[in-house]
Amino acid sequence: MNQPVVNLSPRVSDEIRKTTCYMCACRCGINVHMKEGKVAYIEGNRDHPVNRGVLCAKGSAGIMQINAPSRLRKPLKRVGPRGSGAFEEISWDEALQIATDWLKPIRDESPEKLAFFTGRDQSQSFTSLWAQAYGTPNYAAHGGFCSVNMAAGGIYTMGGAFWEFGQPDWDHTKLFLIFGVAEDHDSNPIKIGIGQIKARGARIVGINPIRSGYNAVADDWYGITPGTDGLLILSLVHVLMKAGKVDLDYLARFTNASCLVNEDPKSPQNGLLLRDENGQPLVIDRRTGKPAPWNGQGVEPDLSATLREKGVTHRPVFHHMAARYLGDDYAPEAVAERTGISADRIRTLAAEIARVAFDEPVELDREWTDFRGKKHRTMLGRPVSMHAMRGISAHSNGFQTARALHMLQILIGAVETPGGMRFKPPYPKPATAHPKPHCKVTPGKPLDGPHLGYVQGPDDLCLTADGNPARIDKAFSWENPMSAHGLMHMVISNAHAGDPYKIDTLFLYMANMAWNSSMNTAGTMQMLTDKDENGDYVIPRIIYSDAYSSEMVAYADLVLPDTTYLERHDCISLLDRPICEADGVADAIRWPVIEPDRDVRGFQSVLCDLGARLALPGFVNDDGSQKYADYADYITNHIRRPGIGPLAGWRMGENGVQHGRGGANAAQLDTYIKNGGFWIEHIPHEAAYFKPWSNEYQAWAVKMGFYDSPQPYIFQLYAEPLRRFQLAAEGEGNRQPPEHLRQRILDTMDPLPIWYAPFEDSRVDTSEFTVHALTQRPMAMYHSWGTQNAWLRQIHGRNPLYVPTKIWEANGFADGDWARVTSAHGAIVVPVAHMAALNENTVWTWNAIGKRKGTWALADDAPEATKGFLLNHLIHELLPPKGDGMRWANSDPVTGQAAWFDLRVKIEKSPPPDEAQPAFAPIKSPVGRGPKNLTWKVGK
Amino acid sequence: MHPAPSVIIFTTLSGLGFGLIFWMGLGYPGVTGLTAFIFFTLAYLLAVGGLIASTFHLGHPERALKAFTQWRTSWLSREGWLSVITLILMAVYGAGLVFLATRWNWLGYIGAALSLATVYATSMIYCQLKTVPRWNHWSTPLMFLTFSVAGGALLAGQPRFALPLLAMAGLVQVYVWIDGDGRLNRSGHTIATATGLGRIGKVRAFEPPHTGTNYLMKEMVHVVGRRHASRLRAIALLAGFGAPIVLLTLPFGHIWAAVAILSHLIGVFASRWLFFAEAEHVVGLYYGKRRAA
Amino acid sequence: MTALPKTTDRKLGLVIDLDTCVGCHACVVSCKGWNTENYGAPLADIDAYGADPVGTFLNRVHSYEVTPVEGPAQTIHFPKSCLHCEDAPCVTVCPTGASYKRSEDGIVLVNESACIGCGLCAWACPYGAREMDGAAKVMKKCTLCIDRIYNENLPEIDRTPACVRTCPSGARHFGDFADPESNVSVLTRERGGMDLMPEQGTKPTNKYLPPRNKDALRSADPAAPVLRPVTDEPRGFLGWLDRALSAMPGGND
Ligand SMILES: Nc1nc2c(c(=O)[nH]1)N[C@H]1C(S)=C(S)[C@@H](COP(=O)(O)OP(=O)(O)OC[C@H]3O[C@@H](n4cnc5c(=O)[nH]c(N)nc54)[C@H](O)[C@@H]3O)O[C@H]1N2
Ligand SMILES: Nc1nc2c(c(=O)[nH]1)N[C@H]1C(S)=C(S)[C@@H](COP(=O)(O)OP(=O)(O)OC[C@H]3O[C@@H](n4cnc5c(=O)[nH]c(N)nc54)[C@H](O)[C@@H]3O)O[C@H]1N2
Ligand code: SF4
Ligand code: SF4
Ligand code: SF4
Ligand code: SF4
Ligand code: SF4
Ligand SMILES: [Mo]
Repeated sequence: MNQPVVNLSPRVSDEIRKTTCYMCACRCGINVHMKEGKVAYIEGNRDHPVNRGVLCAKGSAGIMQINAPSRLRKPLKRVGPRGSGAFEEISWDEALQIATDWLKPIRDESPEKLAFFTGRDQSQSFTSLWAQAYGTPNYAAHGGFCSVNMAAGGIYTMGGAFWEFGQPDWDHTKLFLIFGVAEDHDSNPIKIGIGQIKARGARIVGINPIRSGYNAVADDWYGITPGTDGLLILSLVHVLMKAGKVDLDYLARFTNASCLVNEDPKSPQNGLLLRDENGQPLVIDRRTGKPAPWNGQGVEPDLSATLREKGVTHRPVFHHMAARYLGDDYAPEAVAERTGISADRIRTLAAEIARVAFDEPVELDREWTDFRGKKHRTMLGRPVSMHAMRGISAHSNGFQTARALHMLQILIGAVETPGGMRFKPPYPKPATAHPKPHCKVTPGKPLDGPHLGYVQGPDDLCLTADGNPARIDKAFSWENPMSAHGLMHMVISNAHAGDPYKIDTLFLYMANMAWNSSMNTAGTMQMLTDKDENGDYVIPRIIYSDAYSSEMVAYADLVLPDTTYLERHDCISLLDRPICEADGVADAIRWPVIEPDRDVRGFQSVLCDLGARLALPGFVNDDGSQKYADYADYITNHIRRPGIGPLAGWRMGENGVQHGRGGANAAQLDTYIKNGGFWIEHIPHEAAYFKPWSNEYQAWAVKMGFYDSPQPYIFQLYAEPLRRFQLAAEGEGNRQPPEHLRQRILDTMDPLPIWYAPFEDSRVDTSEFTVHALTQRPMAMYHSWGTQNAWLRQIHGRNPLYVPTKIWEANGFADGDWARVTSAHGAIVVPVAHMAALNENTVWTWNAIGKRKGTWALADDAPEATKGFLLNHLIHELLPPKGDGMRWANSDPVTGQAAWFDLRVKIEKSPPPDEAQPAFAPIKSPVGRGPKNLTWKVGK
Repeated sequence: MHPAPSVIIFTTLSGLGFGLIFWMGLGYPGVTGLTAFIFFTLAYLLAVGGLIASTFHLGHPERALKAFTQWRTSWLSREGWLSVITLILMAVYGAGLVFLATRWNWLGYIGAALSLATVYATSMIYCQLKTVPRWNHWSTPLMFLTFSVAGGALLAGQPRFALPLLAMAGLVQVYVWIDGDGRLNRSGHTIATATGLGRIGKVRAFEPPHTGTNYLMKEMVHVVGRRHASRLRAIALLAGFGAPIVLLTLPFGHIWAAVAILSHLIGVFASRWLFFAEAEHVVGLYYGKRRAA
Repeated sequence: MTALPKTTDRKLGLVIDLDTCVGCHACVVSCKGWNTENYGAPLADIDAYGADPVGTFLNRVHSYEVTPVEGPAQTIHFPKSCLHCEDAPCVTVCPTGASYKRSEDGIVLVNESACIGCGLCAWACPYGAREMDGAAKVMKKCTLCIDRIYNENLPEIDRTPACVRTCPSGARHFGDFADPESNVSVLTRERGGMDLMPEQGTKPTNKYLPPRNKDALRSADPAAPVLRPVTDEPRGFLGWLDRALSAMPGGND
């Protein structure tokens, strides 16, 4: 019997082009296999620091994205009413002329009337530069509705956070706690890490109301009640401190636990750290028993000694922590009911943390020197690592919870030590090393500095002369003083309300604001289409850049069609959100591995053109001609600071090519392409840990150009910027919060981590709205943009509401049933499904699966539109009124982070409707519909 | 399993056709000439029609001849060979009857045996499938064979044989249903063995791999409503066996015989629909799709 | 060709680690991508942008919930493709010989040009590992990436199935079960690798590593604190702190 002959070595491709994935923001390296100039297969790049060869479902499905029928083809000018989807295709010349005609006059009169917000933007250092040159203060990206709590909580506490700031020490960690993560931005690296530590037999603990994904593989699952992580964490802190299981040496040396707090009630500095004449916080030096600056050479900070001066005893931060966290309020028994976690399980978790941290330390045989000149013979680490994301971030108590989490990590000495959490260059970088926000508008001129940054106190707020918010999103105002990423989710609502002022043009890029990235979606669509008494749109002009036929496209007056990710240059820059790893500094590019087959242009290149048409400084040459021909030109030739440009690899030095600092290099992009699309430089061995304090690291960081001189700092367990806002609320200083905000600032801006109940809990009747409602990201989908993908939409084509057993049985639900879900704000009617591995008071669904009819080139009866739904209809950007006549944002009071996950609902069985409710009128598709069947094959 | 019309028509018609051929081979009715011609035409229409119908569900009917190659291992292939040999052999036998008015007995007996073998091979296509516990049982060939010979006897106008055989087929049918209903449960295949996760606790299918459907779901996971099933069972039993028995015991008449045959045909169709529709494939376990036991 | 080889020289297959699989579907899509472009007809998607999209996939990830007697329910992600059974019923039922098991490595394949699309092999497979392609109307199944694992146009390190190469969490392993020292044999031995539906008698080559014990972090005696407080007195903590600090190096030295 003879077997058929199989060709075991078929030709795989003609050529491999290496670039960077953008099926999500994780930015993995990809090998794009080409056959006859077409993309035949995409796989992970094994050499790439982010994904090391692996690829997620989205990444592999890139072929279906770059060939999706939903791709926009030509610039569009609206011809029907907003929201109808009626457009006319126009030329690029006409499109850019329209944009210029709209934007030029406002720049000359009041540049703030342009609000330019970018969504899933990976070129923020460029788009913000453009906005700065234009002169509007109204620029931000999507961080405010995404994860600013996590970012700001981390930066203010320890000069770095998770994702692009830091990661677990996968090589050494023995216990990994993951809080509120479904997928994260660090998609593949987390999966690689989990696989790696599982193979080693390390323990993984998942803290999440929902047991799926990472929590499914976790060895232990803590199905916490949403919004209560802060309580759980502070209870762990309580147990650990009480048992003395904290790293005293680490706390004394590397944190401000040893810094003295000014306890003089009459001092205007009350509650701030005591400082010396140079403004340096003071510690007691154990060698002398005398106060000394924290960073004095040879100083041995004392964690316990107090300072008595003028009848007042000033205690170190650590005493304040003991006073707070040892209290019975945080005893496991006291928090068990609210967190839904038994006291026993809290105690065993604390014991496990203590056991691994202190009985199984990791000690690396590497010498290093700290900034006080002390030599350390080894690197001693606590192999407990933690990671968290939006489960903590997307609550109105998220900032303080994030701080609490970092405090827990720091207490056991598990940040920047082997086995703990490690920063990724250019982090660590303390909040004080970041810019402060700028908002000074001069007609016809650039803004006075970068828009976003890290405030240190009331003086840094973005307020107008009369104390009102200077920005349309009210970022850096008293409502949310430390809103480091802006508040994209408030832009449309504020612009519509004219509060704090009206704008003229809303310019959006890559954000589906008329659908899944808005709270109160139906209301948002209404605001976008509302007209004033003259019959003009309340938001007069909307320009939007998208690559695909999304819901938002229909609401734009002018659509600038972008390329897909394989058709353009992009730059994943150290100036922005780079792709570094704990062991190395890295950046990357995208480049056109295929040419567009449509009349579309890369958005950044369009901004180069538009910038020149508007004669923006930095975008024109002295003779007024266009400075950057396109984005590639900018990437290569832009100089941010002397020696620093968008890409750090292969810069031109005096003696030829060098990395980090250097002049522009005309061959730079080609060199990146030759190198697989990225550049990486590894951190020297002896600088790999203890980075904030290590002389070895600091010297390397200066050499690489992260900063111009060493910037050692200590972790801010006690956060003075917060205290400065409290002081203002207490009446100190001349920048004063409005009366209605005083108490809230006092309550929430505590310099030591606290927990308070999510705001929605105090605004709705929790005995009526008993159920928490959440969303999670599916690993195989990227927000709304995964849907157009013929392969991925088969995996997630609709999204049931998952209901825990208790609620399932109480309502007598059966498979195929539907439920009416009501919040204080609205109601939806949706299909339900049963899930046992779920917190008993929580329901959830996948995020952004539901679609509007007529979008994404799908059929009107596509399941995404008939059975899929958004939870966003139930979430309002404002909290339910409490009778004080104020508009309280549904955001974290410190950072303005959108509180998506505070949502409370009630649920009841409903007769099955024809389709999920609410349903909206179909949009006219600007790109037609997709083909019926696909038999994709590029080769022969 | 998906009750595809092509396979229902195939098994019903060819079963009847080969049943008739079986009786013709045995010499019932002992006709020749035109009458024989009519009987043979009917038998061949049924048998060949069924076989042709069976190709409708092939993705590549143009390659159907390849199906003859694997007779060593494949019941489908064997069924192909047996049917063709039977049909050829019995064509010779029929030609004798029609044109020469000669009955080659030995040929008839061989043909009759081959007819039975063909029907048996058809049934074995299903019976061999361990994946469908309802089918994977000696009663499957028994049912196909009794149906075939009973229906054949009916068509051959042999009430003497038809009556007891119809009664027997009805009984087999009832047994097949009653016993078949519990077979998946008794087979020991559960979601716990399918996933190997039973050792941890009680297993429940949470999410299907894709929200959309797929070939497997369409082909293997067909769920019939209970009420629908019992109604069809009643039809199958009454129309397929009850009514013909009653009609045959009535004073003989061609019209009544025709009605009996028609009724039987309807009954067998209903039975075959249920044969497929009620058969649960173990792959359904992976999808958490099982009719409540 | 529907007779099974008595023995095969090698037994190539996969080990799938249910303890590690996070259910990301990466393997599903890379498989779709590779096999659409490579061996045989492309994997079609019918009604790709419509109400009822039905595509051919050679690997799909189920998820299950398991509720133990004690402790909370668990979620388990469960990838499933052809198990390349030793006693493959899908092969013996095939009337045309299109389905066959390779004698050199045990890979079960469909010779698409001989397949009449009768569907019988899919009926015979207990695991749902075969799918009739909606456009090509031939039977599709996991090829174990036969056009990768021996492919001389690929670098040596990439001669592994697409799904294995891409799996971010490293939950999929490829190797030769005939070699007792291979990675897959060792994993199977050490982690109690199991067969799916062994009672079907198919003798699957692929093995599944069961999830490890979960939710053990609870004390045997919840009444006894697992971490002892350093002191019971109200102000005792600071006293302990001072004692602890003076015991540490780095002070007045
Ligand atoms: N209920 C609920 N809502 C949420 C969340 C939640 O957890 N629950 N999460 C929130 C969070 S964190 C975020 S970040 C937002 C995300 O929400 P969005 O920022 O709206 O993200 P996407 O849906 O991915 O859409 C971005 C838009 O970019 C377009 N696009 C894709 N590729 C390109 C390209 O190459 N160029 C251009 N110009 N456009 C492109 C897409 O077509 C789409 O219209 O959603 C928020 N909404
Ligand atoms: N595949 C894929 N990857 C993505 C995205 C995507 O759309 N698809 N989006 C990207 C974007 S923009 C973002 S912001 C990131 C977000 O990545 P994640 O932070 O993982 O965001 P979510 O999917 O919103 O998951 C939030 C998780 O928090 C849990 N949770 C909710 N409330 C609480 C709580 O109070 N406590 C605890 N402990 N857990 C809670 C939820 O159950 C859920 O598991 O993902 C990025 N990566
Ligand atoms: S995680 Fe997936 S989609 Fe995101 S960049 Fe990496 S491969 Fe692409
Ligand atoms: S790629 Fe790996 S982790 Fe993801 S579903 Fe497949 S086996 Fe599981
Ligand atoms: S898993 Fe199914 S298709 Fe694969 S060899 Fe076994 S029986 Fe055949
Ligand atoms: S579908 Fe093809 S491979 Fe399967 S049994 Fe029929 S002919 Fe053989
Ligand atoms: S081995 Fe190849 S064909 Fe089989 S499931 Fe994996 S990728 Fe698909
Ligand atoms: Mo986000």
